Amino acid sequence: MHIHQYEKLWLGMSLLLIVGFIATITYGAVGVGVTMIDDSGGNVDPNALDEHPEFSDPGVEKVGENEYEAYVVARQFIFQPDPIVVPANSTVTFYVTSADVVHGFSVVGTNANTMVIPGEVAEVTVEVGEPGEYGIVCHEYCGAGHHSMEGMLRVVPEGEYNSSDGGEQ
Amino acid sequence: MSVDQETFADRYPQEAELVRRAFLVAFTALGLGALFGIFQALHRTNVLRIIPSTDYYTALTAHGVLLAIVFTIFYLVGLYQWAVTRSLDRSPTNINFTRAWLTLMTVGSAITGVTILLGFVDQIGISADVLFTFYAPLQAHPLFYTGLVVFIIGTWLAGVDWFRTWLHWKQDNPDERIPLQTFMVLTTMIMWYIATIGVAIAVLFFLLPWSLGLIDTVNPLLTRTLFWFFGHPVVYFWLLPAYMLWYTVLPKLAGGRLFSDPLARVVFVLFVLLSTPVGIHHQYVDPGIAEGFKFIAMTNTMFLLLPSLLTAFTVVASMEHGARQRGGEGLFGWLTALPWRDPAFTGMALAGLMFAAGGFSGMINAGMNINYLIHNTLWVPGHFHLTVGTAVALTMMAGTYWLWPQLTNRRLYSRPIGLLQVVMWFGGMALMSNSMHVAGLYGVPRRTAEPQYAGFDFNTAFGSMAELNIQLAVGGTLLFVSTLLFLGNLTLSLGNPKVEGLGQSLPEPLSGAEDSPRVLDNMRLWAGIALVLVVLAYVLPLGAIIQNGGLFGTGGDAYPVSVLGTFDGLDAVLELLGVGR
Repeated sequence: MHIHQYEKLWLGMSLLLIVGFIATITYGAVGVGVTMIDDSGGNVDPNALDEHPEFSDPGVEKVGENEYEAYVVARQFIFQPDPIVVPANSTVTFYVTSADVVHGFSVVGTNANTMVIPGEVAEVTVEVGEPGEYGIVCHEYCGAGHHSMEGMLRVVPEGEYNSSDGGEQ
Repeated sequence: MSVDQETFADRYPQEAELVRRAFLVAFTALGLGALFGIFQALHRTNVLRIIPSTDYYTALTAHGVLLAIVFTIFYLVGLYQWAVTRSLDRSPTNINFTRAWLTLMTVGSAITGVTILLGFVDQIGISADVLFTFYAPLQAHPLFYTGLVVFIIGTWLAGVDWFRTWLHWKQDNPDERIPLQTFMVLTTMIMWYIATIGVAIAVLFFLLPWSLGLIDTVNPLLTRTLFWFFGHPVVYFWLLPAYMLWYTVLPKLAGGRLFSDPLARVVFVLFVLLSTPVGIHHQYVDPGIAEGFKFIAMTNTMFLLLPSLLTAFTVVASMEHGARQRGGEGLFGWLTALPWRDPAFTGMALAGLMFAAGGFSGMINAGMNINYLIHNTLWVPGHFHLTVGTAVALTMMAGTYWLWPQLTNRRLYSRPIGLLQVVMWFGGMALMSNSMHVAGLYGVPRRTAEPQYAGFDFNTAFGSMAELNIQLAVGGTLLFVSTLLFLGNLTLSLGNPKVEGLGQSLPEPLSGAEDSPRVLDNMRLWAGIALVLVVLAYVLPLGAIIQNGGLFGTGGDAYPVSVLGTFDGLDAVLELLGVGR
C-alpha cells in the first residue's frame, strides 16, 4: 500500500502521542496512586437501607489513627447526613449509595466525584486538608427536584471534631 | 444537457425524493431541538426563565433526543442513500423497501418525540423526562421505549437495503473495488449493528417489559452499561457521515482531490474495530465495575484517537492540494487561495477546526483519573457541543448547501446568508462551549435547571460566574439565530425556479483504491474482528455486574416520571392502538 512519506511521519507521531497519553494516565494510577472507583463497595438492596448496619444511620465514624469512614445516603432530593462533618488533615473513605434513583456525589472544587447507583456502594477515599466548607452537588439528573439537591462537607479543626456525635452537628 | 451537469434529482428522481424526505425530518428535529436549546441556555444562566424548572428536564430530554438521535440519524440515512445510489450508480433493489424503512424510522421518532413533548402537558399524564440516557430506575412511559425500538428497527433495515444494493452491484462488477462512498456506508453500518446490540437488549429485555409492569425490577448498573455499550459508538454514527463529507466532498469544494483513498478506508475500518469496546469510559466513576476494565476501555479509547488524527492529516492535505491547484503558494499562503466565500466549504473547514478543539477536551475526558475533575460537570456538554454540536452538525448544514440544489434542481436562496450562518455558528459555539468548559472546571454540574445553590458558591479562578453565564447565553442565542438562518435559507430556496445544470461530479482521489490491499474490502473479516474485540471488552464486566447485582438487580422501585406508566402502562398502549381492554 502506498503511503506518502509525510503521512508516515504523521502516523508515527500520532502513535507516539497516544502512547504518551496512556503512559501519563498509567503514571497517575500507579505512580501518584489515583485509584478508580471500583466494585469493592459491594451491593445493597436500596429498599432495605433501613436494616443496613451502616446506612440505616448514615454518618461519620473513626476507624483508625486519623482515619474515618463516612456513610452517605443519596435520595430524592437530599444527602444524608447533611452536613457531613470530618476533621481536618485526615483520611476519609466515603461509602455512598442511593435509596432510589441514580444520583451523583461531587464535592465541588475537588476531584472527589462519583456516580451513586442504587444497588451499588461507591467507595471513595480522599485526603482531607485544611478546615473549610465544601458544597456537595448531585450531578446526575434524578427527577423534577434535581436542581435543589445539594449537601455540605464541613471540615473542622481536629480539636473541634466530636467523634461521638457521628459527624453530625 | 451534458452528463457532468445532470443532477442527482434528474438521474434518480425517486431516490432524491426519499433523501429530501429524510432531510425534512432531520431539519424539523433541528428546528425544534434548537428551540429547546435556547430555552436551556437562558434558563440555566437565569437570564430568562419562561418554563418552570421542573419542565426544564422535558426540554432537555427533547433537545437531546431530537438533535442527537433524530436530526443526526435522519441526515445520515438521507446522505447515505444519496451516497450509495450515486457511487454505485444504481437504484435500490426495491425502492418500496427503502420507503418502508424510512417510514418506520419516521413513525418511531414521532412516537418517542410526542411522548417526550407530552411531558409539558401535565393533565395527560404521559411523559418521558428521562433524558437522552434514560437511566433506570427512572422510568419513561412505555411509548417512549416502543418508539425507540421501531426507530432502530428502521435503521437496521436501512443497512439491509444498502448491503443488498451493494451485493447486487457486486454480482455485476465482480472484480471492481467497492466505491469509496459505499465502502464508508457499509463499514458504518457494521459498526451500527454491533453497537445497537447493547441498547436493543437493554430496551427489549429489561426497560420495555419493566415499564409495562411485566417485570418488577431491573439492575440499574446493567442497563446503564448496556446503554453505554451503544452510547459511545453512536457518537461515531454521528461523526462518520461528517467524515464522508470531509473525505469525498470537501476536497472537491477546495478545488482539488482527496489525498488518499486507501487511508480513508483504513480510517473507517479502525472505527469499525475500536468504536464499541470503549463504552466503559463513560463509566469511569461508576461503582460496581473493576478498575482493570476501566483501564482497558481507557487504552482502547486512546487508540481511537488514531483514525481522527489520520483524518486531520488527509483533510488538511486535500485542502492544501486544492488551494495549490487554485494558484495558492507559500508555506501558509495557500490558505488565502481557498474558496472562503462558499458557505459549504467554510462551514466544513470551521467544523473541522472546532473538531480539533473538541478532540483535545475529549482527551481529558478519556484520561481515566483526570476525568474525576470534570465528570458530569458542564465541561462534558461543552465538549460534545464541539464534536456532535459542531463538527457533525455544522458539517451537515454546510453539506446541505452543496447537496440541496442537486436534490431539488433549485439554486440556494442566498449564499451570503449561508456564509453568515456558518460563521455565526462557529462564533456562537466558541462562546458557549468555552464558557461551559470553564464552568465545568469550577465544578458546575451539567443537566440541571438551576446551577445556583443555597449553601455555597462556585469559586472561579478568574472571571466570575456572571461573566460565564453571559457568555453562555449570548453563545446559545447566536446558535439559535444561526439555526433559523439555515432553515429560512432552505425554505426560501424552495421558491426559486427549477433550473438545469446544477449537477456536480466528485473527482477521483490522488491515490486511488488500487493502491490499497484488497483485504480492506473484506467486510466479514472486519465485522468478525470487531465482534471479538467487543466480546473481550464486555463479557467479563457484564458477567461481574450480573453476578454481583443479579440480572434484575438487588431490588428497589421504579420511579416513573409519568403517572400512567405506574399502574396501567399496558392499557395505555392498547388504548392508543385502538385495541382496548
